[in-house]
Amino acid sequence: MIPDLGKYSDTVLSAYGATIVLLLALVLLSLWRGRRVRAEMQKLEERMRRNG
Amino acid sequence: MSLWEYANPKKFLTTSERVMPYVWAVSLTCLLVGVVWGFFFTPDDYKQGSTVKIIYLHVPAALMAINAWLMMLVASLIWLIRRHHVSALAARAAAPVGGVLTLIALVTGAIWGQPMWGTWWEWDPRLTSFLILFLFYLGYIALWEAIEDPDTAADLTSMLCLVGSVFALLSRYAVNFWNQGLHQGASVMRVGAITGSDTSEKVSNVFFYPLLTCIVGFVLLFVALVLYRTGTEIRARRIKALLARERIAS
Repeated sequence: MIPDLGKYSDTVLSAYGATIVLLLALVLLSLWRGRRVRAEMQKLEERMRRNG
Repeated sequence: MSLWEYANPKKFLTTSERVMPYVWAVSLTCLLVGVVWGFFFTPDDYKQGSTVKIIYLHVPAALMAINAWLMMLVASLIWLIRRHHVSALAARAAAPVGGVLTLIALVTGAIWGQPMWGTWWEWDPRLTSFLILFLFYLGYIALWEAIEDPDTAADLTSMLCLVGSVFALLSRYAVNFWNQGLHQGASVMRVGAITGSDTSEKVSNVFFYPLLTCIVGFVLLFVALVLYRTGTEIRARRIKALLARERIAS
C-alpha cells in the first residue's frame, strides 16, 4: 500500500510520523483541557445557583 | 453588524460553537485529501526523489507558524488599543498552536535537510530566524503563565508579541534579505511566478495542487484550534471570576 520511497523511506516516514504525533498531541491536549474547563465551569455555576 | 460585537465573550462563544463543526470538518477533509493525494499519488521529484513528499507537511506548517504569530500580533494590537479581553485570550490561545507548527517546520526541515544538504542543521538566515521565532513562542507562553494578573500578563505578552513580529517577518523574508545560506528562496507562492515576470524555477503543478489542499487544511485546522482554545480560555477566565465572587460572598 505504501508507495516505493526508495532509499529515502526512513526520512519521509519519520517526517510524517513526527508531524502526526505533534499534531495529535496538540489536538488531544486542547480537547482534553477544553472538556475539563467546561465541566468545571458547569459544576461551579450549578453550585452557585444552589447556594443562591 | 459590527466585528466588535464578537468582543463580547458570550457572543463569541455562541458564534464560534456554531461555526466550529464546519471548520473542523473542512479542515480534516482537506488534510486527509491533501496528504493522501500527495503521499500516494504524486511522483518522485527528479532531484529530491521521494523526499519531496515532505513538502506537504513542511511548507504548510512553516507558513502557518509565521501567520499564527501575525494573527497574535493583530489580536495583541486590538488588546493594547481597544482593551477587548477576547482578543488577548485569542492571542494566548493561538501561541501553543503556532509553537507546535513552528516545531513541526523545524523538525521536518531538519529531517528533509539531512539527505538533501548533508546536515540536519545549518546557521542559515531562514533556519536561524525560525529557531528564534520558536523561542519567542516559548517565551510568550511562559510569560502568560508567569504573571498572575491577567491584564498585566496581556499587556506584557502583547509587547513581547510586537518585538517577536520582527523575527516572524525575518523568517519569511530572510532568504531575500541575505542572499546566502542553504535554504532555497520562495518557490511555491510568488507573485512574479503568477504574473509571468519571474521565470525562475517554481513548484510543478503536480505537487502544487495537493500542497495547496494541505495548506488550506492547515489554515483551517489553525482556525478551528484557535476558536476552540479561545473558548476554553474564556471559560477559564469566568471560573476565576466566579471563584473570586464566591470568596467575597462567603
